[in-house]
Amino acid sequence: MSGTSKTPKVGIMRSPLGRARGLGSAKAGAAHWWAQRLTALALLPLTLWFLCAAVRLIGATRDDVVSWMAGPLPLVLMIALVIATFHHLQLGLQVVIEDYVENDALRVGGVLLVKAIAVLLALACIVSALRLGL
Amino acid sequence: MRDVRDALMVARNSDGKLIRRPLSPHLQVYRWPISMAMSIAHRVTGVGLGIGALLLTWWLVAAAVSDDAFDSVQWFLATPIGLLLLFGWTLALFFHFFSGIRHLVWDAGFGFEKPWYDRSAWAVVIATGAATLLLWIVGLAVW
Repeated sequence: MSGTSKTPKVGIMRSPLGRARGLGSAKAGAAHWWAQRLTALALLPLTLWFLCAAVRLIGATRDDVVSWMAGPLPLVLMIALVIATFHHLQLGLQVVIEDYVENDALRVGGVLLVKAIAVLLALACIVSALRLGL
Repeated sequence: MRDVRDALMVARNSDGKLIRRPLSPHLQVYRWPISMAMSIAHRVTGVGLGIGALLLTWWLVAAAVSDDAFDSVQWFLATPIGLLLLFGWTLALFFHFFSGIRHLVWDAGFGFEKPWYDRSAWAVVIATGAATLLLWIVGLAVW
């Protein structure tokens, strides 16, 4: 660890197949996979709730939306829905981009852009929900 | 012949005519099994629901901003294009919802037998159609 040794240490812990392919490990694949399933599970009841709420809000005025959102349950569930939706969305779009974009710069740039947009849209939704409900 | 490898691609068909062999089977030469269509549709609807998320964002932000902004969203959603978008959104949402349950069942370690594969796929298609229809009947009745 002194930095003076000239022996290359990189790659020593890799399997022969891993060294031949040179692609490294899957890194945070398990955490990504698990987060996608967890948000999917959360979205099952949240989506059903949202669809029921949406049907009741058909043709609603802005005052109707405000009085609906003023209840503690709609506000909390809406924010939960927004967080789960955008988290699930950016995880899924990341996989799609990684599958089809071969160019390194475009792929990494695309994934970062999708994540940035997802975070900003989610924040816009949360702030709006809080302004309506509080 | 553009490349020496093309020499390996030359063959004769049953009429004795020289032809170029096809490459390894691509998407267009496969018979479409339902499981393949489901897999592609799950991904396509997932990306499509991203557009639905934009619609939700617009609606929420407009409601928080002003009466005018909210009125313009409500007006747009009632136009034919808006209704078409909403219909596509509910269709994609229900498909991704039911197909997602199918995926979660696999993730839990069940449902890998071939008959279940096909039957669950058709169940997802039927459930998607029925739920979308039901939602729009109720929705149009309320509207």
